[in-house]
Amino acid sequence: MTTVWIIAAVLLIAAATVAMFRLLAGPSTLDRLVALDTMVAVTMCAIGTWAAYSLDSTVTYSLAALALISFVGSVSVARFRVPDVDSPGNRGGRP
Amino acid sequence: MSALDVVCGVLVLAGSALALTAAIGVVRFPDTLSRMHAATKPQVLGLLLVLVGAAIRLRGNVDIGMIILTGMFTLITAPVVAQRVGQLAYREQNIRDDLLTIDEMRNPDR
Repeated sequence: MTTVWIIAAVLLIAAATVAMFRLLAGPSTLDRLVALDTMVAVTMCAIGTWAAYSLDSTVTYSLAALALISFVGSVSVARFRVPDVDSPGNRGGRP
Repeated sequence: MSALDVVCGVLVLAGSALALTAAIGVVRFPDTLSRMHAATKPQVLGLLLVLVGAAIRLRGNVDIGMIILTGMFTLITAPVVAQRVGQLAYREQNIRDDLLTIDEMRNPDR
């Protein structure tokens, strides 16, 4: 059973690392937003895996908190962000 | 090690593998809509698999209610975020038109 947890941890760490690349390199804000959502989902998967591994149920509250914060943050960024300068759909206006 | 623990391990492994494939898709795919398509997998299915695995392993615990709540909340909110981001990506043309099979928003009155 220990092997299962080790493999799951390696997969999740690799997923977070790979998603971090798109978060840093994404050409537009929306790409970074999608990458950030992916990283939050990977983090929630990791917390769930930790709860299953350690039989410690106190971390489940942080799962709910992360779900709430991820939703509010994504919607806020999508609503209030400033459009990219080099975006093809940006016809003048604010940078 | 009971049979339920084996089921839990399989579910957690499947969810982790989905998370990795989605991260690779987010990096490799060409435009924003394709990346959203890839990123939805760990957000909903992978997370639900891991949560079901954790709930099986934590069976009999009071805090399983919080796990169920998290799963339901993710199921409700993921489409909202996807719709907002997809609409913005389309409006700003952060997409590749040659990858669209059908574009129903181009002539909305037809």
